[in-house]
Amino acid sequence: MSTTNVNPKKLVENFELYAPKLIEKMEYFSPGHRACQGCGEALAIRLMCKALGKDTVISNATGCMEVISSLYPTTAWNLPWIHVAFPNSASVGSGVEAGLKALRRKGRIPDRYVKTVAIGGDGGTVDIGFQALSGAMERGHDMLYVCFDNEAYMNTGIQRSGATPFGSSTTTAPAGKASIGNKTWKKNVAEIMVEHGLPYVATACHSYPIDFMNKVKKARSIKGPSYIHCLSVCPTGWRSTSETCIKLGRLAVETGIFPLYEVEYGKYKITVDPPEKLRSVTDYIKPQGRFRHLTPDQIKGIQERVLMERNKFMNKVNHSKSWEELRAPQGK
Amino acid sequence: MGKRIGMEIALAAAEAAALCRPDVIAAYPITPNTHIPEHLSDIVAEGRLDAEYICVESEHSAISACCGASGTGARTFTATSSQGLLFMQEVLPIVSSLRLPVVMVIGNRAVSGPINIWNDHSDIMYQRDTGWVSLFVANGQETVDMVIQAFKIGEHRDVMLPVNINIDGFQLTHVVEPIFMPDQEEVDRFLPTYKPFAQLHPDKPMTMGALGLPEIFNEAMRAKDEAILRSKKVVLDVWKEWEKQFGRKYEPIESYKTEGAETLLMTMGSMGETAEIAIDELRKDGFPVGLLKIKLWRPFPFEEFRKAVKGAKCLAVMDRAVSFGGPGGPVFAEIRSALYDEPKKPKMLNFIIGLGGRDVQVEDFIKMAKKTASTKKLKPEDAYEIYGARE
Repeated sequence: MSTTNVNPKKLVENFELYAPKLIEKMEYFSPGHRACQGCGEALAIRLMCKALGKDTVISNATGCMEVISSLYPTTAWNLPWIHVAFPNSASVGSGVEAGLKALRRKGRIPDRYVKTVAIGGDGGTVDIGFQALSGAMERGHDMLYVCFDNEAYMNTGIQRSGATPFGSSTTTAPAGKASIGNKTWKKNVAEIMVEHGLPYVATACHSYPIDFMNKVKKARSIKGPSYIHCLSVCPTGWRSTSETCIKLGRLAVETGIFPLYEVEYGKYKITVDPPEKLRSVTDYIKPQGRFRHLTPDQIKGIQERVLMERNKFMNKVNHSKSWEELRAPQGK
Repeated sequence: MGKRIGMEIALAAAEAAALCRPDVIAAYPITPNTHIPEHLSDIVAEGRLDAEYICVESEHSAISACCGASGTGARTFTATSSQGLLFMQEVLPIVSSLRLPVVMVIGNRAVSGPINIWNDHSDIMYQRDTGWVSLFVANGQETVDMVIQAFKIGEHRDVMLPVNINIDGFQLTHVVEPIFMPDQEEVDRFLPTYKPFAQLHPDKPMTMGALGLPEIFNEAMRAKDEAILRSKKVVLDVWKEWEKQFGRKYEPIESYKTEGAETLLMTMGSMGETAEIAIDELRKDGFPVGLLKIKLWRPFPFEEFRKAVKGAKCLAVMDRAVSFGGPGGPVFAEIRSALYDEPKKPKMLNFIIGLGGRDVQVEDFIKMAKKTASTKKLKPEDAYEIYGARE
């Protein structure tokens, strides 16, 4: 369901009515963890767990979420959870998946389906964990990988990653007289995952909870590897106020910077329509301190790039075909 | 009682691992251990073993996948060598901290710089302090036996630690030897199905690999240290049980012709067999010399070692790794420290030999033994030499 063009008041009313039916009440990622105020990632994980349900094992890369949730002797996790190191959430996950499969087959654990889900931040996914991710996805494990992308190494203090957007000031790509800050454009790992031939790839954001949870549920139901790239607002690293967390996620979508879509068996589909006339990127950039040094000209450059990327993306939406549609016709 | 067969040792290691009925195997090819994962994948492909075989994209992922699998309660096996072992290093201490009894065979090989695929012990020495129980074999039979023993040691409730079995690359991995291969029924009797202490399963959710603040870190390290110290008794018990069932005896420090020996040589791994021939020849000439072979490297068997060297006048320690700028080879440093407080201790020399597959022959052991016996006084800095290095 697209919610962008719905009157917010009406949406809230509907939400009251539907929420108990749409969202599981059980908390698998409990309050009491140590995330910053307005942390989009912690919210996204909470929603993800609700969509996944009880029969899930989580493999977590090192990062904010491991730090804030597992401080011994406490834990925020009501799901079986393992953390080993930074670059190997996907490979630990592949071991979990293989272990559960073997033990179930041999009758040493109850005979029911348990989903393996590996998670990591953008650093643990697009940079240091990229090889492990690529390997695990290519091997076809029955596993969902979710990247919670807050666009820098926030846990270690806002250093630049391969997912950091152009022009953002970080502690290792700072803006200064001789630098715009981060000089590279965000690595698009969702697209790289599509090229791995996964049956299901999606982008998501905690600011669209129903959309995100539907995607997690769909990924859970697919036998085989699947990938969700979830943009997660980080007020601390984005130098934005905590109460704008949800709003910034929505602005990322409404400006066309971060389109929400899914690719099911090769077919692209937009799941949340942005407004017919995209909002200006300035609306997204202005409330964030990490972009405060950008000049109007530089913002114009970003706007042009966003529109180019948008066209590239729309081309895929309009012309992509599913594997079924592409199947060669059988002989007469 | 199994059959005596001729078999390449790497293949025998794979057969032995398969006899332990592992649930998950994750491995990546690297010379000289490659035949082990290859043969295991054959065994799985033929349907002789019901296991998940994960063809990972790196050694880092191999050991990481082993962590995940062992976390679910699966019996888990991997194998590697050299650079592969170093690539795993980040994860190795985590495996032992998570108390996951993963078993790994290491086909020992030199570490690069310059690249070299042949045998020495530098790979495992870099991993010495990762909290794994560490065994060294001298031949094919010991390989088969120790692979099976390793699961029993690691999975014991008093231990719950990963175990590595060190097999010299090429000198052992690629050599065909006559080996008694136990049959499945015997191994099943010795090694029952793994009953994990904790499992990643939604019926009893648990957090594995939590964050440890300074307030608990000392305690966590002490707990791991105590576990590995405790493992010695388990190792000895498992070896006793093995001897009872299979008739082959194992000791942490094996002695060869040490009776009345004034000079002792000390080796680890396959060199021991060559050294034995040197001892035989020297004894024929009336030279009072004996040999000690280390089988259990971690936990180090201090007590057994001190007993074994009692009465000896000199001790030559053979290392197959260098501790650059340090006090000698890693084994030597350990040995010298183990004897530091002894009122009467032998004079100790360290020969670093056989690096990167350099051949060490019977004559070399004879030379080293004679040099050790004839050396009168030693300054600490003369205690070690890289033997046979050309000027």
